[in-house]
Amino acid sequence: MEKFTLLQGIAAPLMLPNIDTDRIIRIERCAGVPRERQGEYLLETMRFNADGSEKPEFILNKPPYRGAKILLAAENFGCGSSRENAVWALMGWGLKCVIAPSFGDIFFGNCFQNGMLPIRLAAATVERLAAGAEADARDALLTVDLERQRIVTAKGEEIAFEVEALRRTMLQEGLDEIGITLRHETEIAAFQRSDRDARPWLYT
Amino acid sequence: MNSKDKMAARTLFDKLWDRHVVAELAPGVALLHVDRHFFTDMHSPEFGLLAARGLPVRNPEMTFCVADHVVSTEPGRSGGHASWSASLLAELRAGSKTHRIKLFDVNDEGQGIAHVIGPELGITQPGMLVLVGDSHTSTHGALGALAWGIGASEGVHVLATQTVVQRKPQRMRIRFEGRPGPGVEAKDLILHAIGKLGTAAGAGYAVEYAGSAIRALEVEGRLTLCNLSIELGAKFGMIAPDDRTAAYLQGRSYAPKAEHWERALRYWRSFSSDADAVFEREIEIDADKIRPQITWGTSPQDVIAVDGMIPDPASAADGERRQAMRAALEYMGLVPGRPIAGTKVDWVFIGSCTNSRISDLRSAAKVVRGRKVAAHVRAWVVPGSQGVKRAAEAEGLDRIFRAAGFEWREPGCSLCVGANGELVGPGERCVSTSNRNFVGRQGPGARTHLASPAMAAAAAIAGVITDVRRTPGEDH
Ligand code: SF4
Repeated sequence: MEKFTLLQGIAAPLMLPNIDTDRIIRIERCAGVPRERQGEYLLETMRFNADGSEKPEFILNKPPYRGAKILLAAENFGCGSSRENAVWALMGWGLKCVIAPSFGDIFFGNCFQNGMLPIRLAAATVERLAAGAEADARDALLTVDLERQRIVTAKGEEIAFEVEALRRTMLQEGLDEIGITLRHETEIAAFQRSDRDARPWLYT
Repeated sequence: MNSKDKMAARTLFDKLWDRHVVAELAPGVALLHVDRHFFTDMHSPEFGLLAARGLPVRNPEMTFCVADHVVSTEPGRSGGHASWSASLLAELRAGSKTHRIKLFDVNDEGQGIAHVIGPELGITQPGMLVLVGDSHTSTHGALGALAWGIGASEGVHVLATQTVVQRKPQRMRIRFEGRPGPGVEAKDLILHAIGKLGTAAGAGYAVEYAGSAIRALEVEGRLTLCNLSIELGAKFGMIAPDDRTAAYLQGRSYAPKAEHWERALRYWRSFSSDADAVFEREIEIDADKIRPQITWGTSPQDVIAVDGMIPDPASAADGERRQAMRAALEYMGLVPGRPIAGTKVDWVFIGSCTNSRISDLRSAAKVVRGRKVAAHVRAWVVPGSQGVKRAAEAEGLDRIFRAAGFEWREPGCSLCVGANGELVGPGERCVSTSNRNFVGRQGPGARTHLASPAMAAAAAIAGVITDVRRTPGEDH
């Protein structure tokens, strides 16, 4: 997994509440397109017309937002299914960080599994950043400093955010859970040994 | 007093959590033991990810592979129709063979939607920790299990380690008190709650459902209720096991055998919230007042009683909500201020892990018996499992549906998500017993109205959205 330390990039505002994972990537793309190419199908019905041409008015199709690394989103972003493809599609398209007032729980966890940073901020703060990014492209440039847990705007304003310590370390060092868990093999074996006596019907 | 008595009062969730802790990784973060894991066809590529790391499956006997999402539900099927079905099924078969994991293949006895067969076969039991790479895993919580949906990376983690890393959520209890009126099913209770609380209300919470209306619900209704926890924003939904739970499980193929039964019962009974346990959030819902529900928009919270009016965006609390409502109404092709009843439908789908169990089919068949599906409506019944299908055929339900003009199909996810290529056409309106009315969920441009099986059946007959309580015929 790639390390996440300091991210500087354009933030694109997509301020519709409840953007669900089905909308982020359609099921037939999850099943029928290899993981590396799923970014091409990100938010397909919003980005493209039925004939496959781009919708020029959609934010992610307009410069400078089409090169965005950060997404500013509204409430309950990534609600819906557990498909990790939603994260792969966002990352495949080029995003590394999503800032929203709230997230779907499973989506939120899936982000960390892939080195993507989801940040929760107060709704008013996200709305202010979105309004700024939309009004003037120069204000769309944000810096996300994971070490200091600060977002720095183009004007130099600093906004604090929080990431749980364990997750922060894993992002910074590009660690993944399996490697860490394998170190707990003795405890897993011990759990199962005593569990076999306590709940024998589970082990038949 | 032993040390246990002195411990702080715990909720059902806490007891389930504590029972499965293998190691504490950080404050509020634990490594938990996974008792049962269902691995669906959509996840087949995870076998490749596991192989890439050179890791074996740690406990193959605790995982069950299931062909459900990508399989065709056409009678006489051999696999799936979608261009990806064959390769995903082939990977599933190869992976289950290599790792010696039990597979419920396309036409095997026991095959069905993971969330239907887990409880039905007794694989899911109270006091277990159950994971599936699918957000509706909360369904299994209805038996008093700790169950939630995981992503692909976590799926590989479970295969490799038989554990999962999890953050402790907050706890919420929703009590449904009173007795729902005629024509009101478990689906209506939970849709009503989602409409009232919103689809983000449960984010960060584990939800326990309680109250007199829950105790009175049969296990299958509880499964429907817990299924929709994720539509409330909660990963976890659960109900304390009771005598109904035990009676439901007794004799099922994977349930504890006679020599372990009493001991298992004792273990199960220990899982309920202590009287003085504290929930971070408590909600009470008056079940008496709930009417049959139907969604009008593109989020499960866009729901009203079937005798209500399509809401007006002008009434929205804020601009963001107004914009979302407008977009939803436009997508759905609906006019605000009009009654929702009477809206013409093209499709009816009775199926999905929400409502495809035998009690659901019975409830729909009661409405359908002796009537005909409206000429312009295409109506499908897709049983949730081979077991449901056999039971329904033994009771003659298939004949009732067929005689009315329904298609009687093979078990699978089908039109719930269209992962097998079965889709509702663009602009077509479908009353569906599934769980998501998202934009494009049942197919690009498809318009979905979520409702109970009885309501869906009534819509098929009337050809329009209709109040099941006004449908003449048997008492429902
Ligand atoms: S029926 Fe629908 S919600 Fe349930 S597991 Fe299948 S696709 Fe998911």
